Amino acid sequence: MKVAVIRFPGSNCDQDAFHALNDMGLKAEYVWHDAGSLDGFDAVFVPGGFSYGDYLRCGAMAARSRIMSEVSRLAEAGCPVIGVCNGFQVLTEAGLLPGALLQNEHEKFLCQDVLLTAESDSSWTREAKGKTLRIPIAHGEGRFIADAETLTRVEGEGQVAFRYVENVNGSMNSIAGVVSPRGNVMGMMPHPERAASLRLGNTDGLVILRALELVRA
Amino acid sequence: MATVRIYVTLKPSLLDSAGRTVAGSLQKLGYSEVQGVRIGKLIEVQLADATDTRIKEMCDKLLANPVIEDYRYEVIA
Repeated sequence: MKVAVIRFPGSNCDQDAFHALNDMGLKAEYVWHDAGSLDGFDAVFVPGGFSYGDYLRCGAMAARSRIMSEVSRLAEAGCPVIGVCNGFQVLTEAGLLPGALLQNEHEKFLCQDVLLTAESDSSWTREAKGKTLRIPIAHGEGRFIADAETLTRVEGEGQVAFRYVENVNGSMNSIAGVVSPRGNVMGMMPHPERAASLRLGNTDGLVILRALELVRA
Repeated sequence: MATVRIYVTLKPSLLDSAGRTVAGSLQKLGYSEVQGVRIGKLIEVQLADATDTRIKEMCDKLLANPVIEDYRYEVIA
């Protein structure tokens, strides 16, 4: 499986994602945001960081960059698309995922391990469902919000992928990650790619990354 | 040339955590009359030609996120 790791100016988790995916036996390749095509790729990883310095809003400029029409094309074709941290913000800004991410309730930048529960029946969480995962977070703007109607739909249609066991950033309903209506696009604030190596002491993220090979809308 | 001033504000229903912190600071400075602070953005755009349709498009496509923000604008000479 060939996975495009999208790089924007200011991405900084691209190498973590690249190595985690390659170590799993997938074929990750970097793709610059200004590239015009994702031909030949089976999946997309939108990594974390501070794309465009978080100017205007987190992920706003990246969501409108040239490569994103190709990311949308793959998403529409049912390919797996995952966005982590800033990548989650990018996917919400691009309209591929519901809601938005605002500054943490208590303003602090949070850099710590959190416990997550996997919720939805989507392919992203099939293997993880019922487990509690320890995954690191590193964000200042991770408070998930949506209007009442969207939140009801997200909850009612099983689009909540992950919830924080302890709601660290004030997210509505403790939501840490969501999937798209068709289930092939997933965004989450915690970093599974930073919890994917025994040498780094945590492999809880593998159960999430492995889902890349199961997802197909 | 025209300048358009675009004011982007967080929807009133959403917690503005930065605004809350600033309100706390003002109160600590002795401004006990402060009831609340909301922080928004002022964006000034220079335009060769100011048309409402185009300005609204710019706001809807990039400058404001309708999920979390409202905007209004004024064209100044």
